[in-house]
Amino acid sequence: MPQIAQLAETFSSQIFWLLVFFGITFFLIGRGMVPKVMGTVALRDKQIADDLAAAQGARDAADEQEEAWRERENANRAAAQALIAESKAKAAKASEKKLSAAQKRLDTKLAKAETEIEAARTAAMAEVEGVAAEATQDIVARLAGATVDKRTARSAVKKALAHG
Amino acid sequence: MAAEEGKVDPMKQFQIEPLFGSSWDIAGFNIAFTNSALWMAITVVLLWVFVYGGMKRELVPGRWQMAVESATGFIDDMLEANIGKEGRKYVPYVFSLFMFILFANLLGLMPVGIIPGVHAFTFTSHFTVTGVLAVMSFSIVLIVGFWKHGIKFFTLFVPHGTPLPMIPAIFLIELFSFMIRPFSLALRLFVAMMAGHVLLKVLSSFVIDGFNYGAMTSLIVAVPSFALMIAISALEILVAGIQAYVFALLTSLYINDAEHLH
Repeated sequence: MPQIAQLAETFSSQIFWLLVFFGITFFLIGRGMVPKVMGTVALRDKQIADDLAAAQGARDAADEQEEAWRERENANRAAAQALIAESKAKAAKASEKKLSAAQKRLDTKLAKAETEIEAARTAAMAEVEGVAAEATQDIVARLAGATVDKRTARSAVKKALAHG
Repeated sequence: MAAEEGKVDPMKQFQIEPLFGSSWDIAGFNIAFTNSALWMAITVVLLWVFVYGGMKRELVPGRWQMAVESATGFIDDMLEANIGKEGRKYVPYVFSLFMFILFANLLGLMPVGIIPGVHAFTFTSHFTVTGVLAVMSFSIVLIVGFWKHGIKFFTLFVPHGTPLPMIPAIFLIELFSFMIRPFSLALRLFVAMMAGHVLLKVLSSFVIDGFNYGAMTSLIVAVPSFALMIAISALEILVAGIQAYVFALLTSLYINDAEHLH
């Protein structure tokens, strides 16, 4: 077994060169390069985490904007609704006014017409009375042969008319 | 391979041969550049190439970058699961340990032997190497433990709820099992790597000798041995990964003891 047979002559060389080459491995590769490799990994992990956070932030912002847009939209809709209601009410009021004015006009016309009718009727009545009185005078003169003066005839006619 | 002698020495692959610098000394200790050191160098270069390919730092990683990031992420997750948040500062060490052992194990299995004069060498099959790695891990445990907890680190050897009269005995047993850790850590890797390579070499000698002895032995020895070699090579790739993982996992568990006591 050379490991034991050559121990005395080779152990110092083995230990020396192992320390040299393992030292190079440790200081050059282990201390020098490995932290950089791990730094790259850490950097990438951080970048991924940051990107995810940014995406989350953008999504939140989008949600917020959508919410704001919805609020604005609702407000606009409500304003439009109010505008419509207002103009509807205004139009209703205006038409009501117009209607009431027309009604008034109609009323006055009606009243006028009624008074005219009344007057005409009174006039006609008076005429009818006159005619009736004359007729009564005539009838009385013819039947009874008596002359009735105009006043008496008229009062008689009035009495008869009033009694129906 | 010593095929020309009709014999394969399964131990020859563990032979350390100085390539140059046989006369280099530090304080009287020889530090010749051996084939073992050469394969350590190859391991470091390949590991550097592997990790360097993953340093493009692109936001959307390519395949290579993904592979390197998976490797660091694997160690990071393991340390976080076993130690917690404090485990992250050990990532450079445990990553180096894991990848160094993994690359060494896998390189030792590479069939570079088909190129004449080139021999793969698995330096993790030497307990001098695994021993140093284990001692490093154990030292970190001791240093972190005493740094963080001072003398209270010894309470690690007294589990919660131990009855008072049992404390001395339990303390000794726990201390012993703690002290054995670097040995078990080193021996586990060394034995696993060595056993696999010996087994492959023994089987390869069956294949060569079987073919050399004629048609009959070719059929009943060489061919089945070759099939078995293929299967065991696959198993050895698995073992290479598992042993590297076990070494790194146990190191992180031991560091957890030092960080949190119990």
